[in-house]
Amino acid sequence: MNNRLTRCLARAGKNKEKLFCAYVMLGYPSVAKTEAVVRVLEQAGTDILELGFPFSDPLADGPTIQYASEHAIRNGVTLEDAFRVVKRLRHRGIEIPILFFSYLNPILCYGASRFVRRLQASGFDGSIVPDLPPEEGKELETMLRQSRLSMVYLVAPTTRRNRMRAIAGRSNGFIYYVSLRGITGARRAVPRDLVKTVKILKRLTRKPVLVGFGISQPEQVRTITRVADGVVVGSAIIDRLRNGAGVPSIGGYISRLVRALKTRR
Amino acid sequence: MKRRQHRPSFALNPNRLGHFGPYGGRFVPETLISALDELTQAYRKLKRNRSFQLELAEYLSAYAGRPTPLYEARNLSARVGQEVRIFLKREDLCHTGAHKINNTIGQALLAQYLGKKRIIAETGAGQHGVAAATAARLFNLTCDVYMGVEDMKRQSLNVYKMELLGARVLPVHSGSKTLKDATNEAIRDWVTNVETTHYLLGSVVGPHPYPMMVRDFQSVIGREARKQIREQFRSSVDVLMACVGGGSNAIGLFYPFLRDPVRLIGVEAAGLGLSTGRHAASLAKGSVGVLHGMRSLVLQDEDGQIRLAHSISAGLDYPSVGPEHAYLKKTGRAQYISATDRDAIRGFHLLTKLEGIMPALEPAHVIGILPALAQRFRRGAKIIVCLSGRGDKDLDIVRRATHSGDATT
Repeated sequence: MNNRLTRCLARAGKNKEKLFCAYVMLGYPSVAKTEAVVRVLEQAGTDILELGFPFSDPLADGPTIQYASEHAIRNGVTLEDAFRVVKRLRHRGIEIPILFFSYLNPILCYGASRFVRRLQASGFDGSIVPDLPPEEGKELETMLRQSRLSMVYLVAPTTRRNRMRAIAGRSNGFIYYVSLRGITGARRAVPRDLVKTVKILKRLTRKPVLVGFGISQPEQVRTITRVADGVVVGSAIIDRLRNGAGVPSIGGYISRLVRALKTRR
Repeated sequence: MKRRQHRPSFALNPNRLGHFGPYGGRFVPETLISALDELTQAYRKLKRNRSFQLELAEYLSAYAGRPTPLYEARNLSARVGQEVRIFLKREDLCHTGAHKINNTIGQALLAQYLGKKRIIAETGAGQHGVAAATAARLFNLTCDVYMGVEDMKRQSLNVYKMELLGARVLPVHSGSKTLKDATNEAIRDWVTNVETTHYLLGSVVGPHPYPMMVRDFQSVIGREARKQIREQFRSSVDVLMACVGGGSNAIGLFYPFLRDPVRLIGVEAAGLGLSTGRHAASLAKGSVGVLHGMRSLVLQDEDGQIRLAHSISAGLDYPSVGPEHAYLKKTGRAQYISATDRDAIRGFHLLTKLEGIMPALEPAHVIGILPALAQRFRRGAKIIVCLSGRGDKDLDIVRRATHSGDATT
């Protein structure tokens, strides 16, 4: 498959570079602000963007993203906004891969095939759906593939080894490894069994493994990327926006994390 | 209705992935998949394990008070007319006052077999919470119950009961602060503590195997009723009726009759009226969607955000329904109708005055629309109604609704 995501991953693999993936919630604090944040994230060295779309019942998310979701829904965000924003970002020359990140229900409600067509037309590169395990994901996965879009699946610390292998085979682009048993939200430490499990997963696949959930500190980024190919940071960005941080200071924060990740050790 | 063996144009069990036709399945974070696999395997084994089944039966009879009576409500039948005979399956006489205990004892026993020392539960009205806390005492498990702060206000007595039973009631402030959000929070807890904790789900909803497993535990209702109507009344039955929120008491009554020539009618909560948008009738007004790990019929807006349900009875106040009900509706095996808040209040008074039985507001929905339905039944039809719980918990609500002139008796 050839899209911005696969090209980005291939380049990073060749240059032995680690990847920084950022998550933002569309419409938090506003659609305009989301766009501004994305541009700053890109300038600060973000390699991959996950554009979160709000759902009223986000099972896998902690208080931060729950709050941002409720806020975005109150702002009246729709899928059309997601398509429009990405189209505009592409017009303005933002060329980093962008993945659509949401729960399944808004996608089903919109109609999966119509959703995939619009996703592709507006300049997305793929999708991550945290409540769609591979058993249930075949239909969407096939539609995405036919539109040259990636479907990224998640692996958790509780995933058994043969299932890990199967998911790694199905996941397109990279594998999203959930760092901990729990929900999203910034934490300070690195879970004890993380390094070991990522090593096991890396032995089962040649696809890059990105680690998300609970990451907010440069020190965590350094530890995790000793074994993983990159990290995903989300709640920590939203926390800063929620505490009133301006867009430039978000840029500064991301630069520090990216530096921790790109510096050779 | 024609007397013939009902040809099963429908499956009696979900497939390997937990699908009832297009409904059911598992739509949960990856972290939970291995726990659901483990639960499914353990349950399949225990379902055929004689000593587990004997132990369960023993607790259900000696502790929960089973079998519950099947009572012929002659005064109510006379009021309904058409020479119908109405039989009430008295789940209100179960320990803790509702059918919920059938499931919590089953699952708590299962948790013991799984070696899990902690259970968590979600609750709306608090009936399932109380039943879970009770089962936790019986089997010496730690119990945490998630409950929306709105519901905690509405059902403070049940909060106190749970605390007396040594459970921790954890208030949920997110979203609509009701059952839907309590369920989200329980799932989040389970994702975090999956290795030590069993999630004791209270209805036939959620990811596979819950809809199947909870149905099996509740099927004791229908098995008893089927035997009682034959042996005690030497009679057949034409119609089964039960209220449907998530749908556990209804499926519990229906399931053992699925292959019999019996009409199945589920009654959803129409709240203030189906046209007002303030109801909980996901079978009548919902569309296909995914919530709480299952694909089913869901109340949602045009953007796929889940809508708030409304019902005077907290036990029916849920924006979706068990996938097997969605399936029974689709295949035409069961019919679903609805009753309003006012019908429920009317039903409460009707049963109280005619039979001296105060029903919970959930089954009161069924009682309340019986008189209006009589014309649609064959003369002399024999009807079993699942009286899923007793009304003590709802007396404040009844008093307020009655005084505000919301009901006519």
